[in-house]
Amino acid sequence: MPLKRKDLLGIEPLSVEEINLILDTAKAFKEVSTRDIKKVPTLRGKTLINLFFEPSTRTRTSFEIAGKRLSADILNISASTSSVVKGETLIDTARNLEAMYPDIIIIRHSRAGAPHLLANICRASVINAGDGAHEHPTQALLDAFTIKENKGQIKGLKVAIIGDILHSRVARSNIHLLTKLGAEVSIAGPATYIPVEIEKLGVKVYHHIDAALEGRDVVMILRIQRERQDKSYFPSLREYFNLFGLTLERLKRAKKDVIIMHPGPLNRGVEISSEVADSPYSVILEQVTNGVAVRMAVLYLLMGGKYEEVVS
Amino acid sequence: MKKLLVKGGRVIDPANNLDEHLDLLIAGGKIAQVGKQLEDKEAQIIDVQRLIVAPGFIDMHCHLREPGREDEETIESGCRAAAAGGFTSVACMPNTDPPNDSQSVTEFILKQAAEKGIVNVFPIGAATKGLLGEELAEIGELKETGIVAVSDDGHPIYNSNLMRKALEYAGMFDLPVIDHCEDKELSAHGVMNEGYYSTLLGLPGIPAAAEEIMVARNIILTALIKGHLHIAHLSTKGSVELLRWAKAQGLRVTAEVTPHHFTLTDKEVCSYDTNTKMNPPLRSAEDVKAILQGIKDGTIDAIATDHAPHRKDEKDVEYADAPFGIVGLETAVPLALDRLVNKRVISPSRMIAMFTVNPATILKLERGTLSPGAAADVTILNLSEVVKIDVTSFQSKSRNSPFHGWELIGRAVLTIVGGKVVWPAKSLT
Amino acid sequence: MPFREKVQLMDAVTMDRTLIRIAHEIIERNKGVQDLVIIGIRTRGVPLARRIAKKIEEIEKVSIPMGILDITMYRDDLTAVGPQPIVRQTNIPFRITDKKVILIDDVLFTGRTIRSALDSIIDLGRPKFIQLAVLIDRGHRELPIRADYVGKNVPTSLEEVVEVNVVEEDGKDSVILMEED
Repeated sequence: MPLKRKDLLGIEPLSVEEINLILDTAKAFKEVSTRDIKKVPTLRGKTLINLFFEPSTRTRTSFEIAGKRLSADILNISASTSSVVKGETLIDTARNLEAMYPDIIIIRHSRAGAPHLLANICRASVINAGDGAHEHPTQALLDAFTIKENKGQIKGLKVAIIGDILHSRVARSNIHLLTKLGAEVSIAGPATYIPVEIEKLGVKVYHHIDAALEGRDVVMILRIQRERQDKSYFPSLREYFNLFGLTLERLKRAKKDVIIMHPGPLNRGVEISSEVADSPYSVILEQVTNGVAVRMAVLYLLMGGKYEEVVS
Repeated sequence: MKKLLVKGGRVIDPANNLDEHLDLLIAGGKIAQVGKQLEDKEAQIIDVQRLIVAPGFIDMHCHLREPGREDEETIESGCRAAAAGGFTSVACMPNTDPPNDSQSVTEFILKQAAEKGIVNVFPIGAATKGLLGEELAEIGELKETGIVAVSDDGHPIYNSNLMRKALEYAGMFDLPVIDHCEDKELSAHGVMNEGYYSTLLGLPGIPAAAEEIMVARNIILTALIKGHLHIAHLSTKGSVELLRWAKAQGLRVTAEVTPHHFTLTDKEVCSYDTNTKMNPPLRSAEDVKAILQGIKDGTIDAIATDHAPHRKDEKDVEYADAPFGIVGLETAVPLALDRLVNKRVISPSRMIAMFTVNPATILKLERGTLSPGAAADVTILNLSEVVKIDVTSFQSKSRNSPFHGWELIGRAVLTIVGGKVVWPAKSLT
Repeated sequence: MPFREKVQLMDAVTMDRTLIRIAHEIIERNKGVQDLVIIGIRTRGVPLARRIAKKIEEIEKVSIPMGILDITMYRDDLTAVGPQPIVRQTNIPFRITDKKVILIDDVLFTGRTIRSALDSIIDLGRPKFIQLAVLIDRGHRELPIRADYVGKNVPTSLEEVVEVNVVEEDGKDSVILMEED
């Protein structure tokens, strides 16, 4: 079964089969990164554009390496050098890029729905690399890949996601993916960080970290975005760490073989203690490695079924 | 002016409790006679068999954008859109540039309307100078010039003391104060209804409470002083309940609802189509249900469009960055006929009242009826005609509607203003 | 397009005999098994490679390294109309530089699969040489490629299909020539 879509805009619209296809395909691509010659000719002659309207090192680099290992030509456009600063609209920027016949546009944007706007007008495939507080599908896919590698399967696992759920696209994409694959997902954070009616997405909400950690197989810690911090969400970083920071002591409540995940970059001593981040429980660097494999898989799969999709 | 004889239709005039097959004779810009089998040799005959003859529809809340944003709409184009949509009168909000807070702006609007407008235009004046919510506008002078209500439109009067004074002061002139009820601190940077869909879409939400807090405050103020409060575009279940309570207390509070708030829910935002972005935002299915109940039981007085034209390029941006608002003059009547009458929420007569006598009463207009001697403003409706909404055929200068491509049953087919057929432009004979 | 059986080319016994012969030929041609590695091309080249490796081991009493190659990432028809093929893992758990690589596939047809496999192997290292063994050579080459070891040469028309069944994948061992129904 191929991936029957032009774009990857989120996890929410994906079927379980599509998710499994991406994860299985990533397994094959992971091997490429272990070779001496870390390159296959799969996407030779394809043009990929990394269109980043928000600063990002990790995701942009990961897509860039993924593209290069597949022999695609990939170029980076960041907001500071694009015409956005000159007041050009997103649609005009997209039309201009489109006129140069790219095959895939990878977009990161601070506004939810920006990739959808692009996907509607572009012939190229669009990959959402994070849009506002909406979705970050490749992050959730690489998280799921990492969980599967460590735990064998996702079905039946108890997963806790802790932190600023309200502003987190990583949380939303992971909630969609993990619940689709049959994990039991709970979230925890200050009440000011829990979006309304989130229970309808099939998660359990906790306001105490200890209860959220109890018996968990997987704990995902979200980054506290200091830069977008409006003081009214919580009084101080110190109080946040005291109430929700992940420490080795607290981690004892989780299962003995718990894994700790974080989408990065880390704020040590804010949402996670250094001891936990550097502990054997941490799979944070595996997440980074797997990110490349998962993104190679997504690039490959989107390129395959594309023409059918566009004609219909 | 030629006499008109509107023959063979079902005349519904809620002001006179009339619903019968009658003929209508119009002469000298006035309703001359309503009766059976009328004859007049001089009159041009308009055959309206199987159609409904109603008093001219009044849109008590629209934005004509002139002066200031003639690129989005002008008084001329807005009036044409109104006529095409079946409206004979519109009341335009003061959020122009400059805002309508002085006699000269009111005079300008009335002059433009008289010269270029094909429907009646009734300006709404600013409640506070510059719509800034700091000091009262010269409401007395504005009233003299011709305003029919005061409002700060999209800028709710935040200061409760000033709102009290606006109600008291406007009350002296028997002018309603129309308030866009919203606690802007609570809605903050919100761009859609706060609820399941805002959580799903990752868009900042505007809670229902942001509206309800101000509705409650305003109602409580009207209990304190004499004055007429009119709640603009009410959108939540809580607001309907508060309004019902206020009416039960005998307070002088009226309210309007827009067609989009009784038709669409916040689920529509899932497309990230910026034509689903307006303020107040599309609400939950539960809110829509409560609004339909409020329409059914008469709690809600009027239907108004909140017609808010925006240029395509202003709307063709990221959802959060798009301006609030949609056009409504050319979709309101089909939506009301389809959703309220054909789906049997209310009778044709009740629906017509919400567009005619009710807004006329709120704004104290001598319109909204077919009584002999009244201005000959008439809207002819076809209850069963299927209409496909096509924004490219709109008379409005703007196209920002979420209803493009919708098929609805029922529309206004003929608009008569002051005894003259204004729409269709080439009159039927 | 439905196909029906035209003629059975091999049964389990003849297939086994053929693989034994190929195993002997490999040993003979290479004067032993020094530095010999066997790589099967997915899907049906893999069980055939396993069997040949096992037979060589039985004859020579040494263990032969066996690897699996998935050539999907090297295909030249990825952007053609139609759904993309599933990529599976390549698993070659040894270094191939300076090794004598015996590449194994079930059917040699246009030669494009072998071209992909050669590119793929060369990206993995620099073997001493690569030889090709196939169960069936059905002709119609589109590239200048030939096999070093052939189980059976079968003249076919382009409309025909050669179906290779192996116990490991299909529950039985057979080779059948199919034609359009």
